[in-house]
Amino acid sequence: MKRRVPIVMFLIFSAGVLAAAVSADWLTQVPPRDRQKNNPYHDQPLAIQAGRLLFEEHCAECHGENAQGKKKRPSLRTPRIQTEANEGELHWFLINGNIRHGMPSWSKLPDQQIWQLVSYLKSLKAEN
Amino acid sequence: MRQNVGLPSPAWVTPAAMLLFLLLTQSNAALCQERPYFVTYSQNMEEPGNLEVATKNAIGKPQDGNRFMGANMEFEYGVKAWWTSELYLDGATAAHDSTIFTGFRWENRFRPLAREHWITPVLYVEFENINGADKSLLEVVGHDGAADLSDPHALARQEKKREIELKLILGSNFKGWNASENLIFEKNLDNSPWEFGYAVGVSRPLKLAASAKKCSFCAQRFAAGVEMYGGLGDRYTPGLHDTSHYLGPTINWSAPSGLTLSFSPQFGLNDHSVARIYRFGVSYEISRVFGRMGLHGRGNGKVDGKER
Repeated sequence: MKRRVPIVMFLIFSAGVLAAAVSADWLTQVPPRDRQKNNPYHDQPLAIQAGRLLFEEHCAECHGENAQGKKKRPSLRTPRIQTEANEGELHWFLINGNIRHGMPSWSKLPDQQIWQLVSYLKSLKAEN
Repeated sequence: MRQNVGLPSPAWVTPAAMLLFLLLTQSNAALCQERPYFVTYSQNMEEPGNLEVATKNAIGKPQDGNRFMGANMEFEYGVKAWWTSELYLDGATAAHDSTIFTGFRWENRFRPLAREHWITPVLYVEFENINGADKSLLEVVGHDGAADLSDPHALARQEKKREIELKLILGSNFKGWNASENLIFEKNLDNSPWEFGYAVGVSRPLKLAASAKKCSFCAQRFAAGVEMYGGLGDRYTPGLHDTSHYLGPTINWSAPSGLTLSFSPQFGLNDHSVARIYRFGVSYEISRVFGRMGLHGRGNGKVDGKER
């Protein structure tokens, strides 16, 4: 019985490390194939406008009307979103979410609408 | 003579109605973008902090019984992004019979995997305490059939159904289409055998890209599909013998205000099924309902210790 204790401890520790690894920085977890995806609506004004409407309907309640963040919800105008993450990475993040940290998956939206949202988010860089 | 027995007591109906009114007037609506299914669950969860208030109704007429309507009120809350909890209050009414409260259900859905996959699984656990007069047809399992819906309420409500229901929900998205499959396992705690059932659905928004203009009736706000469900027997007599099955098209419309209307005519596929069931539903989604009341703060403004 005593021999099992270290094994159990090791398993718990491993599970903890694994969980920590899984929840680590989402940007590093984006598969290369998704990272390299191109936005079919890149910089298209109509897509940006449609993305803004989608943002108002789905995202503004948490992230604020102008994506500036709201209460404890983060701003989407940060360098991390605007510069570090490319469009493919944002697309992947919107589809998968970060459900252990409160960000839901938006896979229920069609791919086209996700790309329109990405177009809008990236357009905020110019406003900044 | 029309009886009215077992209706919800006015003592709790009034406060509940007041609470509902407060929620609807004090909170912002959120766009639901629901799948148009009535029985089938997709892999999509309720957004955390959002409350969806809905009613789903089924109207039908068994060959040897009175026309009926099974109705329920549904309160679906996103506890976490990976956990959705839902309470149902069920009722039934039948022509030349009574209108009764038939019981409640409490369900929880969990997403075990953090990422979307080719097939994304969701685990479902439900406890239901209803009686035999329930006609909401939220699932069909075992040897459920039209005959179960024909008994007079006074007789049917004598049957108590305290049941545990487990579902394996599988969902996939591909080029705008959603395909969802549910395997259902249900057990009456009254020492009855496990009963099995299934539900499958396929749906798609009528338009995939969003419009650049605000619109209420543009194609992106409609979703249409097909749904099929039925029983698969029980532990001792598994299979399709003596089971009922339904198939039908389904459509919904999501208004910008957070309101969703759904409709589906469904057709029984064999003699054990009710020939036709007309389903309609209305739902209203309220975003971050407890956050607005200052009762539920979540998140730390950062993800993974960094700004999102």
